[in-house]
Amino acid sequence: MDSRLTQFDELAGADGRIRAPYRKLSRWLAETPPELLASRREQAELLFRRIGITFAVYGAQEATERLIPFDILPRILARSEWTTLEKGLIQRVAALNAFLADIYGAGEILKAGVVPADLVYRNPAYCPEMAGRRVPYDIFVHIAGVDIVRTDDQGFFVLEDNARTPSGVSYMLENREVMMRLFPELFALHRVAPIENYPDELLATLRSVAPPSVNSDPTIVLMTPGQYNSAFYEHSFLADKLGVELVEGRDLFVRDDVVYMRTTEGPRRVDVIYRRIDDDFLDPLCFRPDSALGVAGLMGAYHAGNVTLANAVGAGAADDKAMYTYMPDIIKFYLGEAPLLQNVPTFRCREDEALAYVLDHLEELVVKEVNGSGGYGMLVGPHASKAQIEEFRAKLKAHPQNFIAQPTLALSTCPIALASGVAPRHVDLRPFVLQGANGARVVPGGLTRVAMTEKSLVVNSSQGGGTKDTWVIDDAWVDEEAMGQA
Amino acid sequence: MAVQHLRLTPRNYDGQHVVDWRIDVDRDCRLVQSEDAFGNMLHRFSVDGPLESISTVVEGEVTTFDTAGVASGAVERFPPIVYMRETPLTAPSAGISEFARKTASKESGALGKLHALLGALHESFTFDADVTHAATTAAECFEHRMGVCQDFAHLFIACAREIGAPARYVSGYFLRADAEDQVAGHAWAEAYVEDLGWVGFDPAHGVSPHENHVRVAVALDYLGAAPIRGARSGGAEETMDVKVRVAQMPVFSQSQSQSQ
Repeated sequence: MDSRLTQFDELAGADGRIRAPYRKLSRWLAETPPELLASRREQAELLFRRIGITFAVYGAQEATERLIPFDILPRILARSEWTTLEKGLIQRVAALNAFLADIYGAGEILKAGVVPADLVYRNPAYCPEMAGRRVPYDIFVHIAGVDIVRTDDQGFFVLEDNARTPSGVSYMLENREVMMRLFPELFALHRVAPIENYPDELLATLRSVAPPSVNSDPTIVLMTPGQYNSAFYEHSFLADKLGVELVEGRDLFVRDDVVYMRTTEGPRRVDVIYRRIDDDFLDPLCFRPDSALGVAGLMGAYHAGNVTLANAVGAGAADDKAMYTYMPDIIKFYLGEAPLLQNVPTFRCREDEALAYVLDHLEELVVKEVNGSGGYGMLVGPHASKAQIEEFRAKLKAHPQNFIAQPTLALSTCPIALASGVAPRHVDLRPFVLQGANGARVVPGGLTRVAMTEKSLVVNSSQGGGTKDTWVIDDAWVDEEAMGQA
Repeated sequence: MAVQHLRLTPRNYDGQHVVDWRIDVDRDCRLVQSEDAFGNMLHRFSVDGPLESISTVVEGEVTTFDTAGVASGAVERFPPIVYMRETPLTAPSAGISEFARKTASKESGALGKLHALLGALHESFTFDADVTHAATTAAECFEHRMGVCQDFAHLFIACAREIGAPARYVSGYFLRADAEDQVAGHAWAEAYVEDLGWVGFDPAHGVSPHENHVRVAVALDYLGAAPIRGARSGGAEETMDVKVRVAQMPVFSQSQSQSQ
């Protein structure tokens, strides 16, 4: 527990000695006049505004959406650190997929009593329509955005498995592009692993899971709920990078269990849909009847095996916060391996003993709603007022099964460049894991989210968090030193 | 162009035997038969436009038996716990929770409590086809104290789940003593009772279903068991006419036939 109470700075380390991955950045910062940093910050702002303008044509909402604060200092990981993380992420996603194939199939893990059946069957994200259905190659989660935090230089904790329609990858790609324009000299000093190939990897992943009956070049589309969705910018950005059509529900139709896209040259058969729309809205004949965003008959085509949806319908049953607490057991059950990434110790408030402890320690804990996301419906005990704590106490007593609680982690900090100088701020990391029939891969990096406010632990962009470029550096001397330190 | 999903075909269980059943659509289309998530018979078809109307005729004969409300021998694709899932149509309001707990507390034993709910709902709610519509929730019906069989079924489901009994929606047909021609099918609920299995409760009539009930589809709520769900592209207005005829076969056996 002690390591979690001590703040870990990724630049300064525990003992105040500059950690190896940051050695060159630190030296560069010391030699760089503050005015230069200030002007680079302005340039970054301008670059983002210019890119933002390109996308602002879609509506005012998008323009405001774009102005997520960006910090110009890279967050740096040594290759050796990344390798550990990468293995752990791939293991995690393999387990998520095995779990989903099982709960929609034979249900072995429920029969074995490893995960309580009611937790699965009563989970709002569990989709009865998927029971007994196979999906191509048994892959449910093709794209995962796993949220990672660290509290020391020993290991990484998984905070959340996002297995539905994780977003943020466009920021990862854009942040890198802006950084390369702003700091050519820093890229010259480091061997930064490239991430620009993410769209190619994603495309290869999507092609690999096309229905086996498609023998030639599969037609892939990216399906968006439309321009009013907060992530629409990312949808259009990705469709463009992938070189696939960006479609809305109304651009598609189903005839005799086959999905077609309306084009100027007539209907064109669609084989894979990278959908960025929630399950509930996919098909008004199967789910919400009032959904104008979906495609009538899509589930029929899906069940007939004529189209692949990525991620699969019902994948959310694996990533809810209550299921999260069982992930170490899930990994052991399917893979027979010890988890490479740790879970944050979590109290399941549905269990009486845990609930009693949580109610006694609300001031120290973070309490989260099982089905909440985006930092809403969350209590950060040490930073909460008496009234907020009492409000959560009442909620917990009324519906304990809806909550989990975790110790307040001393998230690691990274330096950020402010007008007043360089200062540490808390960060997390969302790497994007791809799982296709052709294997699993993670581009080296991810989206680092940073709490821009001093001491704040909430990094969600909906709560004022910012982002940073994330570097995995391939310099051998860094790994040698990092090994020596550890 | 139009796509339609039909849940209009009953399946056998201990309380009924489907002697004969057919579906006719007056358009060129391929009628695809499959089984849905809850084990109901689902027929799907799509028709290219332009279209002015689609007419679907469903006819058949079912022999029914009184099983004292127990729905055994049906296709069961899930453990009962799945039917504890809350849906928007069956979410309990504070009022429903209180009503359910208070009513159930007067009886002991799961079956007794469910029968108490059945009786109380039948007594305190009035049939009125003008107050509610297909998307009315259990909570709204509870406020109005009025509704149709669908609303009462939702209400019963919400109450049953509230007292810990898995419950589900049943759509079907009902042979009335007073009229063969009806404007809609019927709906009731089933709740799971340990050691007994699924038991039917028809809050519109205040009884458990018997040989006058033909069981067609089950689901978490109306949406999953709806006789017809359709979608179309283009066109301005859409109306649906439903005619249901449920009649006793003119023979001495206890069977009945219906068409829609």
